[in-house]
Amino acid sequence: MNSTGIDYLPIVLQIGVIGGFVAFVLFITHYLGPRLKSKKKDSNWECGIESEGNARFPVSVRYFMTAILFVLFDVEVIFFYPYAVNFKALQLEGLLAVILFVAFFLIGFFYVLKKGALEWEK
Amino acid sequence: MEISELIEKLALIVALFGVTLGIAAYATYFERKVAAWFQDRIGPDRAGPFGILQPLADGGKLFFKEDFIPAAAEKWLFIMGPGIAMFTALMTGSVIPWSTDLVLFGQTVALQVADINIGILFIMGFLSIGVYGIMIGGWASNNKFSLYGAIRASSQMISYELAMGICVITIVMMSGSLSLRDIVNAQHGMNWNVFYQPLAFVIFFICSLAETNRAPFDLAECESELIGGYHTEYGSMKMGFYLFAEYVSLFTSSAVISVLFFGGFNFPGMDNFDGNTLAILGIVAMFTKTFFFIFVFFWIRWTIPRFRFDQLMHLGWKSLIPISIINMLITGLVIAFNEGWFK
Repeated sequence: MNSTGIDYLPIVLQIGVIGGFVAFVLFITHYLGPRLKSKKKDSNWECGIESEGNARFPVSVRYFMTAILFVLFDVEVIFFYPYAVNFKALQLEGLLAVILFVAFFLIGFFYVLKKGALEWEK
Repeated sequence: MEISELIEKLALIVALFGVTLGIAAYATYFERKVAAWFQDRIGPDRAGPFGILQPLADGGKLFFKEDFIPAAAEKWLFIMGPGIAMFTALMTGSVIPWSTDLVLFGQTVALQVADINIGILFIMGFLSIGVYGIMIGGWASNNKFSLYGAIRASSQMISYELAMGICVITIVMMSGSLSLRDIVNAQHGMNWNVFYQPLAFVIFFICSLAETNRAPFDLAECESELIGGYHTEYGSMKMGFYLFAEYVSLFTSSAVISVLFFGGFNFPGMDNFDGNTLAILGIVAMFTKTFFFIFVFFWIRWTIPRFRFDQLMHLGWKSLIPISIINMLITGLVIAFNEGWFK
């Protein structure tokens, strides 16, 4: 099946309808409710104690590693999609190529595991 | 595309939008009722008979609450966060086929907003953008609890997206198309994918729990550690959007699970019907499956305790990803064997 640009027109319509709804609701709730300002009230909520500093501090490097590894592996997963669609047309040749590709994928994966990039306790 | 066709699509979009919001609103009611039932309580029973007006009362209340923006927050990003979350959650429903074609007043109406050939990729793409809604909202609040909630939510969602993507690939290998309508049509009658891919179904289901931030993977908003998580500073309909987006994505995930693994609108004995009867029975079948999975989501939430964050990441990276890759390879080899490519 081939899609042409015209098939995406309903999606543009839906973006319009939903975007309009979201913007409208965010706009009107701003004016519907009461509005009271004071210095204490506008500060951040931290279980009732005085707020110390702000939330612009470095977090654990594990989260950063997870994000980097996600980018690497997600790109590899994306390469599987065109293969999966043409799986039955490529036949055995394609399957062997993908087994090779998965082998590389898994070598990278086990390297990451052995390096301890996914260890959270340490 | 003609004007009449555009109006028809617009009507379908508005109807889908209304149904999605209605189901999301009533999912909150049923979640509370199911929880009450599990814990031998009565649950909401004050607003209307059996409390069925409760979601309307909750929604109405949220509209008239103060729209609070903390002084330290980045104002525009703070407003954008819930907007993105709600927008992406509502967009994913557009490529799901709800039933076979309906004939109304001599016109064929396809019960799918857009039948595009990248259907499932479209859904995965919007799921990924959904991470931004949470991350932007949590970061812009300038609150430590919000920041931790947002970082947890985004690292959990991106981690489980990998295994989810690989499970989708096994399904695409079997049907040879990314279009959800083709995937459903390949599962005619009782020929459902779950019978061929039980492992992929289990992994996909676990990943959907993590993607929608549902218990036992709701570490982003675990109240015992992080107060409200990424929506700690939110109030009024902005918080309502975050909560609603969770229930809307619960509904679309259940619909996607029924489409990918449980045959969507297919049901046993469907060859005995045709035309509008088949279409209406198809809608009934599709929604029965969807509601069943919504119930399973609730069932899991009120049965299993929450994971620890390192356990969650280990499960995602060290178990689900290798298992789903091996499952993909086995699927490829079995199909190759059945098609006789080795001869």
